[in-house]
Amino acid sequence: MQVESLYQEIILDHYKRPHGRGLREPFNTEVHHVNPTCGDEITLRVLISGFGDDMVVEDVSYESQGCSISQASASVMFDLVAGETVDDALRAQEEFLHVMHSRGEAEPDEEILGDAVAFQGVAKYPARVKCALLGWMALKDAVAQAATAHEEDLD
Amino acid sequence: MTSLSTTGLLDVESIKADFPILSRTVRDGRKLVYLDSGATSQKPRQVLDAERAFYEQHNAAVHRGAHQLAEEATDAYESARQRIAAFVGAPASELVFTRNATESINLVAYAFSNATDKARQGVALPEATKRFVIGPGDEVLVTEMEHHANLVPWQELCLKTGATLRWLGLSDEGRLDLDALSSLLTERTKVVSVVHQSNILGTVNPVQEIARAAHAVGALVLVDACQSVPHMPLNVNELGADLVAWSGHKMLGPTGIGCLWGRAEVLDSMPPFLTGGSMIETVFMEGSTYAPPPQRFEAGVPMAAQAIGLAAAVDYLQAVGMPAIAAHEHALTQAAVASLVAIPGVRIIGPATTIDRGSALSFVVDGVHPHDVGQILDSLGIAVRVGHHCAWPVCRRYGVPATTRATFYLYNGLDDVIALTEGVHEVRRFWGVS
Repeated sequence: MQVESLYQEIILDHYKRPHGRGLREPFNTEVHHVNPTCGDEITLRVLISGFGDDMVVEDVSYESQGCSISQASASVMFDLVAGETVDDALRAQEEFLHVMHSRGEAEPDEEILGDAVAFQGVAKYPARVKCALLGWMALKDAVAQAATAHEEDLD
Repeated sequence: MTSLSTTGLLDVESIKADFPILSRTVRDGRKLVYLDSGATSQKPRQVLDAERAFYEQHNAAVHRGAHQLAEEATDAYESARQRIAAFVGAPASELVFTRNATESINLVAYAFSNATDKARQGVALPEATKRFVIGPGDEVLVTEMEHHANLVPWQELCLKTGATLRWLGLSDEGRLDLDALSSLLTERTKVVSVVHQSNILGTVNPVQEIARAAHAVGALVLVDACQSVPHMPLNVNELGADLVAWSGHKMLGPTGIGCLWGRAEVLDSMPPFLTGGSMIETVFMEGSTYAPPPQRFEAGVPMAAQAIGLAAAVDYLQAVGMPAIAAHEHALTQAAVASLVAIPGVRIIGPATTIDRGSALSFVVDGVHPHDVGQILDSLGIAVRVGHHCAWPVCRRYGVPATTRATFYLYNGLDDVIALTEGVHEVRRFWGVS
């Protein structure tokens, strides 16, 4: 069945056993994003430390409801960005966005995306791209807000 | 074209032969099982031919110019209006063409909003138009099962005017809580807008009863008939409403055309919505006067080819027969309800019977998100709708994020019901919930 290129084992594993799930303290920023076409939702928190090039995403925690793709994507994202510098997290976000918008044409950079390369098949199903991006767009929003708030705190 | 068999089912194979798209394959050569007519229906060759013939032989801007093509185009457009109006038992003068049902409903909501704005500016309004002036203390009544198209325009109207939005709630079985109707309807209620057949639950509401009660308190009644005009015999005079909105593309017609029927005196009392060319009577730099309905509500060059295509769709539906179509869908829905409820972990959202329900059949599969249900069905060639179906409050009411919805039409057969049932079994196998 062609659909198995979409539902790769890695994705199904993350869906069944999501990593990093649950809202945790402390955090700098909490955002809530919805996918208006299907009603999927995520509440996501980030905790930032350090400053400048050394600013680090200490933790990403989330609660979400949605399909296998959106749930698995948030779980993979947690593995990729928690504990990484803000720059690396945003680079991963950009690379993931690029792959998702490629209609399956882009060759994902495994160095940057790790398990998230499994989502390449999702890019061939345009209706599911927003599912895969839900957590990542929430992350981008939260990191931007948290970084701004964090820098203001340091001032 | 077709005939009813002894089972109450239409001769689907001969109908399907009229719909070119239904013979194509999807997803690696799978036979297409199209169960998404609630979102949009497929189009028979007769509709496509009517549009092509118009463009090839008669195309001109309607209601403008005096050359031969302009005459022919205008005649074709007005003939379409007459045939579509007759399909719902109305004279042509009571049928307004819009872009879609959403625009039809907005046209009515804006009649209130525009009349209210004018009254606030001190513009003298005709006596009959004053019922469209609303404000704080006035109420708009809808139901919790409305499509967003029949909810958001009223929310906006209330925000702009200070009126209050009220709604009839739903029972666990997917019915309107009609017991609350008498307390919700008061002399403060200025308009009641209610769906005939819910696009998500499939429930067919007792519109006549609601209209009677609404009229008793002097409220205007609008019915969203998007899921009923295509699927059952409907006569606007028997429905008891003042205004009825529906779209063309859900009834074998083209996209880009919708309808608003209104009782003559109601349309006549409504201020215009979109303004510009075609809808005027006289124009001076100091101000303008407006044409009588339906032209008053059709600003700009109208969508002639779409109206002509929709009239061809109406001809097609009438040749098959609306009672026969309704009986056919009823039989398919009965089979689908029986098959789905027999599958463990499958729950119907909406009436789990075929009494007062249409063919829009929403369900959830425990443990599998509707998107993941739809994706597996799609991989088998089965096109269903997944999501909140533009009726998000309904999903919240029943505690589900979304549903999977199958809808049946005249070109679906029992083999499609069987494909759906087998597909849902495959969904459960794939996701390990069987």
